Amino acid sequence: MEPFVKIKGLVATLDRVNVDTDQIIPKQFLKRIEKTGYGQFLFYDWRLNEDGSPKPDFELNAPQFKGASILLTRDNFGCGSSREHAPWALLDYGFRSILAPSFADIFYNNCFKNGMLPVRLPQDQISELFEWVGANSGAQLTVDLESQTLSGDSMEYPFEVDPFRRDCLLKGLNDIDLTLKYEEQIREYESKFA
Amino acid sequence: MVHQEPGQPAILYIDCHLVHEVTSAQAFEGLRLAGRKVRRPNLTYATADHNVPTWDRSLPITDALAKLQIDTLGKNCEEFEIPLFGLDSPDQGIVHVIGPELGITQPGKTLVCGDSHTSTHGAFGTLAFGVGTSEVEHVLATQCLLQSKPSSLQIQVQGQLPPGVTAKDVILYIIRTIGTDGGTGCVIEYTGDTIGRFTMEERMTVCNMSIEAGARAGMIAPDETTYAYMEGRSYAPQGKEFQDAVDYWRTLPSDPDASFDRTVEVEVSSLAPQVSWGTNPGMVTDVTGTVPDPESFADETSRRAARSALEYMGLQPGLPITEIKLDRVFIGSCTNARIEDLRAAAQVIQGRKVSSSLQAMVVPGSQRVKRQAEKEGLDRIFTEAGFDWRESGCSMCLGMNPDILSPGQHCASTSNRNFEGRQGRGGRTHLVSPAMAAVAAIEGHFTDIRQWSNN
Repeated sequence: MEPFVKIKGLVATLDRVNVDTDQIIPKQFLKRIEKTGYGQFLFYDWRLNEDGSPKPDFELNAPQFKGASILLTRDNFGCGSSREHAPWALLDYGFRSILAPSFADIFYNNCFKNGMLPVRLPQDQISELFEWVGANSGAQLTVDLESQTLSGDSMEYPFEVDPFRRDCLLKGLNDIDLTLKYEEQIREYESKFA
Repeated sequence: MVHQEPGQPAILYIDCHLVHEVTSAQAFEGLRLAGRKVRRPNLTYATADHNVPTWDRSLPITDALAKLQIDTLGKNCEEFEIPLFGLDSPDQGIVHVIGPELGITQPGKTLVCGDSHTSTHGAFGTLAFGVGTSEVEHVLATQCLLQSKPSSLQIQVQGQLPPGVTAKDVILYIIRTIGTDGGTGCVIEYTGDTIGRFTMEERMTVCNMSIEAGARAGMIAPDETTYAYMEGRSYAPQGKEFQDAVDYWRTLPSDPDASFDRTVEVEVSSLAPQVSWGTNPGMVTDVTGTVPDPESFADETSRRAARSALEYMGLQPGLPITEIKLDRVFIGSCTNARIEDLRAAAQVIQGRKVSSSLQAMVVPGSQRVKRQAEKEGLDRIFTEAGFDWRESGCSMCLGMNPDILSPGQHCASTSNRNFEGRQGRGGRTHLVSPAMAAVAAIEGHFTDIRQWSNN
């Protein structure tokens, strides 16, 4: 897994609550057996017309968001299905970090397994960021996992990430390798119970 | 629990791992790349359900990608020696229907599956989580899952349900009350006399939709109803071992004075049948109600969400729910495609005809459910009324197979999600109980089953 230490990038906004994983990556694209190449299908029904042309009124199609690596959005992002295709699609499209007041649990967890950082911020800070991005075309932010701060032109917000998840993401560690360090304990448990 | 380092999530042993075709291929590939094996193939069970066609099983699968995914599951199960209830198996079905009916799901166990509706299995007092593909691979490789302690949410459901009002209405009402993120970070325990009277299938319907309230899992304490359901199931303990298991299961319920991080009380003795009007499972109202006015919502974010939902749904504020015209009816899914659901729908349908204005289909949750329904003659009740009677699978709950809505169509659906495009691009889903779907199929629009059954 690619580590996440610090990124500086363009911020795109998606001003909607309860964005579900069916929107992030519609089900017709879940039939592939690879982990890559899902970016072209991200927000497919919202982003593209039936003929594949971009919908001009969908936020992420705005020219100023082209090349964004940070997504700013609202409550309960990633609710619904457990499909890991959702973070795969966001990542492949170019997003490395997502800022929201809250995330659905499974999606939140899935992000960390793919070198992507979801950041929870208080409601008022998210609203301030929306205003700031709205007023500053080409706005960039720095997401620093090492210092757990989000910073822009004249602002700096601290954020918190579970220390274990932070450590894994900073070092790009694979959970399976970590768990297998406890092979002896697993075997002991199995001999007693399973 | 296997082990926990200070400041780290617990390493939780997983007693049972259910696998399906859509979220497993990349996990098996990960194992291969790392040269790993499946640690406990005998604790792992697989089925093909999400994208399988529901027409005649002797016909070929025409969708090449779906076929590849199903074939890949078969190959992976062979290579890693995992038992598979494939398309040719008499036990094939939706993963959350077959786990319980085969007795694989058991009280006190930990269970995971790469599917969010794994919360269903909590109905047995099983700690059951939906996980992503990375965690599927993690469990395949280690038989363990890393978990931090969730908070606890007690939902106490009280009161005798009125006739015609069902477990589905109860869970829709709960989500309507606490919101689609009301359970985020929590494991829900459903308690109260209403839950105690529910059958196992009703409990599964409730626990199934815990994820729609954002919960990591939903559970119900095992009791006599649970033990009676378990007895004699193929994979459940048998004979003396079953008695020992029941003795153990009796130790599982929470203490009577257990404290929860939060408790929500729900009174259901005058609950009306529930119908969703919007694009998430919290956007629900009584069948006697009207489509809400977005301007009536408290904050701008909710107002905007409601406006956008109504635009997508093609509905006007103030329209009575009973005046929503329907094009399709779908009875199926891991929420409501068990035998009791089909019986409830068939009871309404018996001797009547599906409205000429719509198309209706029944997709049994499993081959076992299908056979039982056919034994009881339910298939004839449905087909004589004009329903399609299909083979088992997830079908139009998520439309990964050819069963999808056309743009603009309104569907009364017994499934669990009314997200935009869920049942087909532009499709408009209304979540209801099997009985409400059945009466809607006859009338062509939503109808209050309580009034109708009095006719």
